[in-house]
Amino acid sequence: MVDAAMPHHATGEPVLRLAGNWRILTGGVVLGLLVLAAVAAPWLAPFDPLDQELSAQLRGPAWSGHLLGTDSLGRDLLSRLIWGARIAAEVAVLAAIPTAILGTALGLLAGYFGGLADALISRLVDVWTSFPPVLLSIILVALIGTGLTSVVVAIIVIDWTRFCRVVRAETLKQRHMDYIDAAIVAGLKPMTILAREIVPNVLPLVLVLLTMEMGIAVIVEAILSFVGLSISTDAPSWGGMIAEGRQVVHQAPWIMAAPLLALLATVLGLNLLGDGLKAELDPVLR
Amino acid sequence: MSPVLAIERLSAVTGDTALLRDVSLDVAAGEVHGLVGMSGAGKSMIAKAVLGVLPPAVRVTSGSIRFEGTEIAGLPRARMRQLLARGIALIPQDPLSALNPTRRIDAQMTDVMRARLGLGAAAARERALALLDEVQVREPASVLRRYPHEISGGQRQRILIAIAFACAPRLIIADEPTTALDVTVQKQILRLIDDLRRRHGAAILFVTHDLGVVAKICDRISVMHAGVILEQGAVADVMAAPQHPFTRALFAATPRHDRPELDLRPVPDALQYAVSVPR
Repeated sequence: MVDAAMPHHATGEPVLRLAGNWRILTGGVVLGLLVLAAVAAPWLAPFDPLDQELSAQLRGPAWSGHLLGTDSLGRDLLSRLIWGARIAAEVAVLAAIPTAILGTALGLLAGYFGGLADALISRLVDVWTSFPPVLLSIILVALIGTGLTSVVVAIIVIDWTRFCRVVRAETLKQRHMDYIDAAIVAGLKPMTILAREIVPNVLPLVLVLLTMEMGIAVIVEAILSFVGLSISTDAPSWGGMIAEGRQVVHQAPWIMAAPLLALLATVLGLNLLGDGLKAELDPVLR
Repeated sequence: MSPVLAIERLSAVTGDTALLRDVSLDVAAGEVHGLVGMSGAGKSMIAKAVLGVLPPAVRVTSGSIRFEGTEIAGLPRARMRQLLARGIALIPQDPLSALNPTRRIDAQMTDVMRARLGLGAAAARERALALLDEVQVREPASVLRRYPHEISGGQRQRILIAIAFACAPRLIIADEPTTALDVTVQKQILRLIDDLRRRHGAAILFVTHDLGVVAKICDRISVMHAGVILEQGAVADVMAAPQHPFTRALFAATPRHDRPELDLRPVPDALQYAVSVPR
């Protein structure tokens, strides 16, 4: 009876154990490649992504040094793809992390203190989630102006509810645990209890959501670029490249295919990573 | 000498149901007072009322709870926090769930000392080591680095006892501290609690349904049923000559190692319900 203990962690080094999960491994590799491309873009890209070579438009892949060919203005596709990874990574990090912090903070407050705080925050979430997110983001960016900053702001403003809902539910569950009661009768202050007893328990969940949110942020940026509401059109963002490629898709399908595949791989990788982390970390939460 | 804890005519309700009715009980300094009764008798309600953690749906309708002469029933949270840990501490019922699974023992032990005694990180750690030694946890330094799931239930209860004694409280509420443990471990834990409270001079309100435990460790006893205290007195007296029929029935339902020839009899329904009339 005594030794029917909490679910045991698998033994071994935590990092090695996580790498043993194929979804985490695949997702991690994809994410690693994205980060590598983003950080090392100036050294990895064979050409300047903005350099137009009007005599060499719509060249096919592997044409005289252009590994993936060129687009309708004669710009090197591979270089634009690599620089596009930087924009995708920027949005993923700059949008997803503040979204997670905002949503988690509000979810913790609502779940722990309940009462008025919970009523206000929960109603706000209800109202927020009743709007279709893509439509809302297009309206928001149209209102506050185009550009990468607006895209990031739009994602934070719209998506915090994802974190808030889940964290609130988990906090409510934690609130009834014996160790929280023990902390209360030890005379610890509510904020101390939140920070030290509850946050470590919701952190794995937030990490999983954060990974998923990064995928969502990359897609949203691509959508807004596609409709021309994100970064300026000649900047190499994947969404913008898809939009350009669409116009010449009959003559040069690879121009649209390349950024689409990059987008697909990135989002798939992030979702795999999230799923894998969820599978590994969930038993800790039970 | 005035008692450490004095509960006088305490009544509490939830909705229309009476949970406690005119409960009076006191615990003298250094005394172990056993609070016994069946499940649902209201033992834990009393413990929660003393600790100021009654569920929101429960309302105290009358009576008083005084700790060292200070009224603590309905004390604001911030004032109550001043008393907790240093004045009144808890040994919880279930050692498996009373430690946070995601934090090392180290952090969970030192939190209280740093917050309530104002100790620095190093001093708190040193005191944690000394306390673990005192509750006879082997290899305290290595235990401090572990997570709760890596150590046994008995060890965890020792750690929780160490935490309860960490800030030298004058009163400890022990809420069925041996119920979740193996019988063999129970005995050691009881002896440990008894040892520590003698050394530290703490009084204990010992909530339990186990009369064997009461006989071993308590000085006085209150028998409780359906929110009412039926009988109160020195353990030896009550055990030798229980006055209330319910107390007699309760004793008859408890196995006795010294009188194995006695048959066990469940508490009769008529007695179980006799006192539980609605308010």
